[in-house]
This record gives sequence, structure tokens and C-alpha cells, in this order.
Amino acid sequence: MLILRCPCCGVDAEETELAAGGEAHLKRFGPGSSDDDFHDYLFMRENPKGVHFERWRHANGCGKWFHVARCTRTLEVFGTYSAQTTEPPQEIKDAITAKRPGWTWREFS
Amino acid sequence: MSEPISALNHASYDGIASVKECGLQGMITLRGDLSDKLLDKAVKDATGQKAPGQREALVKGDTGVCWMSSDELLVLVPYAEVGAKLLAMTAALSGTHALAVNVSDARAVFSVSGSHARDVMGKLAPVDFSPQAFQPGQIRRTRLAQVAGAFWMDDADTFRVVCFRSAADYVFKLLKTAAQPGSEVGAYNR
Repeated sequence: MLILRCPCCGVDAEETELAAGGEAHLKRFGPGSSDDDFHDYLFMRENPKGVHFERWRHANGCGKWFHVARCTRTLEVFGTYSAQTTEPPQEIKDAITAKRPGWTWREFS
Repeated sequence: MSEPISALNHASYDGIASVKECGLQGMITLRGDLSDKLLDKAVKDATGQKAPGQREALVKGDTGVCWMSSDELLVLVPYAEVGAKLLAMTAALSGTHALAVNVSDARAVFSVSGSHARDVMGKLAPVDFSPQAFQPGQIRRTRLAQVAGAFWMDDADTFRVVCFRSAADYVFKLLKTAAQPGSEVGAYNR
């Protein structure tokens, strides 16, 4: 079972207290964008075996959204960070690099 | 005039812990910037307490204030005073980006007390209830079996549990079941 530390309230919350919110750092392509961009935005998701970035909500707690960097292969959690960002902070990237040298995920590495 | 009554009208149960519905409790949800001095003062005027820090519950009896999230507080006042306190608070916060709403009748409050209170709560919520991890002065919002709930401690052996009024009957039955005689766990014995 996943245990994630909510960066908003500081609680180590287990999975049943949280709601999964899908992939993190999606860039929205809305009205006026090309059909290809819109299609990719709607349907194309990463499905990695290894480092992955996700959104979660502390639904049965403070109610806030946050980001998680974790490994889908080992369920290891590299860190959680604020939802108010468009890319992982440097300390999260460093923590992943320490454990998984050479990792990449979409445009991040 | 109709007389307001609480969800379960002081229902109670005695098992390995004593479970009681506490009756009417005035509650105001206050949302805004918690570092705002005006908000701090409004809380102090209503409850005599300062704005709480992360996961703090500053409660004495039926008056106090709890940290609900980084932009939300739960202000507790006696039920009879909630109207006046809310008016004063709204006036004090006019002009700032904040919102205060009376939610007293949307909630139910229980007390769970006795030396096995931690055992009872530990069966229902995915929370570490060891005395080192959870103490009076803290609030925890979580789930109680299948519904959302929150609790803090009045003293070392007494929990104050808050849930939505619509789930009051469910939560009371949960607490009763968890407090059945002979169901001590002893995981948190000091």
C-alpha cells in the first residue's frame, strides 16, 4: 500500500485516504489548438515501468491536490510536492537521480 | 418555535469506551488567508484563541478553533452564540478575501472516552494513535471506515469526533461496534 506525505498538511496518509488524479504535468491544449495536440492531450498518457509523476488528492483529509514522484516498479516514493507548479522541483529531480541515474519522463530528466 | 435538536439527541453507549453524541455544537467554517492579521483577530475575538498552526486544535470545552487545511479553519462556539459570533466575524472580515459560514447543523459531534478510547478509534481510522503520535492539541481529518471525519482530543483519554450530520447514525453504529465489550486490542497501552 502506498503511503504518501501530503505536502499541505504534513500527514503521512495511506492510500485509502487519498484519491488518485492521474498523470501529472499535463499541458492543456484547448480551443484553437490542432487536432493532433488536442488528441494527445486527451488520450496519450505515459505508462512507464519505473519513474512516474502523478497527481493525488488528500480527499479524506485536508482536501488538497499535490504531486507525487514515485516508481511504478517498486512502489518506492521519491517525494511529494506542491500542486502549484508546472514541473518537478530540483530537489525531487535530485532525489530520483540519486536512486535512478539517467531517468527520463516526458521532457524531464 | 421549533427547537433545534442534534442528529441523535444525546444517544450514548458504554462498552470498552464510553461513546456519547455531544448534542448541539456551534461551528463556523472560516476560509481565507490564515496569515492575515484581520483573520487572526476575528478568531481571537470569537474564541479567545490565536489562529492555529498546521494540524493544531486549540479547543476548551465547546469553544475553540481547529486547523482544517492551509486555508480553512473550524471555529467552535457555543450553539446559542453562533449567530452573533458569525455576524461579528463577518463584519471584522469585510474587505478581506475570506468567508465565514455557519455549518453547525450540518455536523454531528461525538465523544469517545475511557482508557480504551485509542483502541476504539484505531479500529476505524488509518491513523497512528500511539500517545507519541497523537495527543491533545492536534486535529486529524481522515476517514472513519467509509465516511469523512475529524477528531481531536479533549484530554489524554477523550476523543471528540466530528462527522457530517447525514452520516451521524453510521458513525455512531461504527463507534458502538468498535467499543463492544471484550474487544480491547491493547495496541496503545501505556
